[in-house]
Order: sequence, then structure tokens, then C-alpha cells
Amino acid sequence: MGYVAGICTLAGIQMIAVLGVTVFTGFTGLFSLGHAAFVALGAYGAGISTFRWHLPFPLALGVGVATATLASFVIGVPALRARLRSDYFAIAILGFGEALRVLLENLSLTNGARGLAGIPMATTPGAVLLCLLGSLLVVRRFLRSRLGSACIALREDPIAAEMAGVSLFRTRLLSLALSAALCGLSGGLLAHYLSFIQPIMFTLTQSTMLLAAVIAGGMGSVSGPLMASFLFTAIPEALRVAQMWRLVAFGLLLVLVMRFRPQGLLGFRELGDLLPARWRRGFLA
Amino acid sequence: MLQTLVTGLSIGGIYALMAVGYSLVFSVLNFSNFAHGAVIMLGAYAGLGVVRLFPPHLALAVTGAAVAGALVAALNERLAYAALRRRRAPALYLMISAMGCAVFLENLVYAVLGSRFYAFPEMIARSVVTLGGTSVSLLDAGALGFALLAILALHLFLTRTVTGLAIRAGVSDMTMCALMGVNLDRLILVVFLLAGAFAGVAGAFLGVKYMVYPTMGWITNKAYIAAVIGGLGSLPGALLGGLLLGVTETVVSTYISSVLRDVFSFAILIALLLYLPHGLLGREAEEKI
Repeated sequence: MGYVAGICTLAGIQMIAVLGVTVFTGFTGLFSLGHAAFVALGAYGAGISTFRWHLPFPLALGVGVATATLASFVIGVPALRARLRSDYFAIAILGFGEALRVLLENLSLTNGARGLAGIPMATTPGAVLLCLLGSLLVVRRFLRSRLGSACIALREDPIAAEMAGVSLFRTRLLSLALSAALCGLSGGLLAHYLSFIQPIMFTLTQSTMLLAAVIAGGMGSVSGPLMASFLFTAIPEALRVAQMWRLVAFGLLLVLVMRFRPQGLLGFRELGDLLPARWRRGFLA
Repeated sequence: MLQTLVTGLSIGGIYALMAVGYSLVFSVLNFSNFAHGAVIMLGAYAGLGVVRLFPPHLALAVTGAAVAGALVAALNERLAYAALRRRRAPALYLMISAMGCAVFLENLVYAVLGSRFYAFPEMIARSVVTLGGTSVSLLDAGALGFALLAILALHLFLTRTVTGLAIRAGVSDMTMCALMGVNLDRLILVVFLLAGAFAGVAGAFLGVKYMVYPTMGWITNKAYIAAVIGGLGSLPGALLGGLLLGVTETVVSTYISSVLRDVFSFAILIALLLYLPHGLLGREAEEKI
């Protein structure tokens, strides 16, 4: 695989996870510091399926998605039912992510902290593109459905939305499930692209990077975070910057975005909205 | 058993020092200051720097760490939070900004100083006192004693001085407090100076007890847990939560499994958030959406 194709594949995999966080943070308005856990579950679910049980690749991806989605119910049902404030929820899901990582580091099924090496390299650029387009389609349908409108209503004003008959628990839970499923898909693709996964790859830093893409790209936008995520992967790769300087820049970026442009790159708008009106109809109608 | 209790209490003292600062900021500004861990880490590095420059002495290291922590926290407030605060931005934005500060500072240290683990030089001989059949290291006893004294001092400051009164007024109603003629910017600066000093001290003790390294601030996860156990925003709660968490963790790692220690702590956190969100000594949270 060529160098450019490799970077684009990696960016595509990351974009699928960002799409997941977009649904949950950008559109439902809840802040998560634990989405790396869902990526990890997808990666391990799919990786173990092919590595230990020799399942075919598409089926393994399905196992990864299912694992992540199930886990989202495990943390989502109690945490969302308790109607925690947004920052309590963020801390609860952070605790979930960290606890899960410690578990992954100590189970024999996952090979502990040494990680799984030798997962078949089944992820091709085409497969990533297909998954990305499929995910986009699902997210678009979701956001345009009743449920999607309910999510946005909850983000804007939870009390008013509940008065209008939106079920806060059910809506947020389904939004979390969809977002976890997308993160799981991304994890499965990642595992079969790198062929090596390790619990340390899925830390709080990873969750922060996902969140950074959504915030910098703009809450309430789908194309903004996708663009930001692509730039976040491609620019440092092209400039060959060391990982830590990359993170220094991400941290600074988060602070600056909050300070000067809290709506992000494309807050509450899509890339298409920037085009003149007469072109727009052709794209999005 | 007594030995476990003593070890747990000394760790708990350090957790309490961290939790107090975190809880103080939370109660005034109503957001989770995720940058608290980075302040702890920088405090530890500052303590180490002081010890390298001057004759190694624990008191010097702790003072240096406290001053550095206070300055970093105050700068952090001025540069990153003040503008958001004045704009009355949602707590979510402050939290994201704090997360950004944490990532920025941690990786800056990593990039500039490297990921090396530094150890403090031997300052107090790692001597051990034997008390009724259990051995207590002087450092552990000192850390616990200092934590208790510092938290007592903070308590007196908050209850007996005019500034303390203003801070408590700000906790219950910011707008009203400003209307009564309190300079909010100054008040919040004082809060961050205090929180930063406590974080710095905690960092110095952690550094002396273990090591100094860029990601050591992650231990603040434990401070969040301690603060949640005691009830966010409650000072005695933070102390109680820290000590309880320290003892529980030590008991779990001694008698059950040291691997499961962190899983256990996070499970406590989640269970408490769900079933007892005000913690043991917290006030009723009015906003619950």
C-alpha cells in the first residue's frame, strides 16, 4: 500500500470514530471522555474473532460493533437513567473507559498489556471507504429521523424537550448506542489495518483526540468534524511531527477554539452550506 | 491489618490534598477542572527543580511546589478560563478548555524534558518508626500530618476570614455575591491560587514517595473519585473521601488483588455517581439534568 493511501486509510478509520462522537457530543450535547473504550472494544472484539476464532473479516467487524454496542448499554443504561449532569456523566464514562483498559491489560483472552500481534491485515482502503460512506449514510438518516430531531432538541433544551414528550433516557441511550457502534466499527478496521493492538493505544488521550476533532470541527455539524479529523491525521503525518508536539498543538487548539471560536470550524453548518445556493440543491436535495 | 490502615491513610492524605483543590474550583465555578492533574505534575517538577538548585530539604521542595502550583493554576485561569467565564459560556466549554490545558501542559513537559522518570534525592532518611507493632515510615506520617494541617488551615481560612466568607458566598450565588460588591475576578484568582498550591504540595509528596514523570497527573482521576465520594464541593467531604479511598485501595490491593485496585476504584466512582450523587457530605445538587 502506498504511503498516501496508507495515511488516507488511517484518516478514514479515524473519521468513522469521529462520526460516532459527532452523533453523541455534537448532536446530543453530552460530553464523553471515554469513547476510546468503544474503539478498544471494537478492536478487541473483531481482532479476537479473526485471530483466535478465524472468523471471516466482515463477520469479525460485526462482532466488534456488537461488542461496543453492548458495552454502551452496560454503562449507558445506569448512567443515563440516573440523569447525571453533563460533567458527572463525563467522569462516569471516563471511569468506565479506564476500568475497561485495566481489564484488557489483565485478561488472558486479550494477551494483557503485551497486546494482540498478528491479526490478519484485512483492511483495505476500499473497505474503509465503503464503511465510511455506509456510516455517513446511517448518520444522515439518523439525524433526519424523529430520533435525530429529538437528540437535537435535548441538546438545545432538555427541559423543554421533555415537556414536548421526548424521552430523555431512551433518546440519549440510542444516540450513545449508535455512536458506540461507529466507534466499534472504527476499532475493528484499525485492528485489521495495524495488525497489532495494545490496551495502551486506547487511553484518555485517544478519547480527547476524538473529542478535539468534534469541537474544532464544530458542534452540530457532520462535515466539520470529518474535515477536522482528516486534517488532524494528515497534517502531522505530512509534516512528520513527533507525536508529543502533535498533542501539544491539540491541547492548545482546544483552548484557543473555546476562547475565540467556540462554534468551531463549521459550527451548526455543513460544508454544503458554504456553496452558493444554486449548486447546493444538486448535492443535498 | 493496622499496617494496611496506616499505609492507606497516608496515600489517602495525598488524595485528599488533590481532592480539596479540585473540589474548591468545582464548587465556585461549577465545572470539572481537568487541568488539575497537570498542575500537580508541574508542582512536582518545580519541587524537584528547587531541590536540585538548593540544598535538598523537604520543606523547600514542598514550598517551591506550592508556589509553582499556585502560579500555574492562576495563569491557567487568567489565560484559558477568564474569557469564557466573562462570556458566561456553558460549563461544557470550560471543561473542554481545561482538558485542552491538561493535554497541552502534559505533552509540553514530555516534549521539553522527555519522558524520563526522575527521583527526588534522599531527603529524609527513609527511616521507620515502630508504633505498637506496626512500622510507619516518617514520610508517610509526615504526608498525612501535613495534609490534615493544611486542610484544617484552609477550613479556618474559609470560615474565619472575610475573603473566605466571600468565597463561600460565591459558592452559593455568584451573581448575588458580585452585587454585594465582591470583586469576582479577584475572588476566583484566590480560589485558583489556593487550589494550585494544594495541587503543588500533593505533587511534591507524590514525587518524593514515587517518581516524577509527565503523566503523573493522571492520578487526579483518584482525586475526582475522592471528591465524588465525599460530595463534590464539600471540603470535609474531600478529606473524608480521600482517606476512605486510600484505605479502601490499600485493603483491596493487599487482600484481593493489586491489579483489580483501579477497576475497583472506578467501580466505586460509577456506583456512587449513580446512587449517591451528592456523596457522603455533599449538599443537594439543584441542577440535575
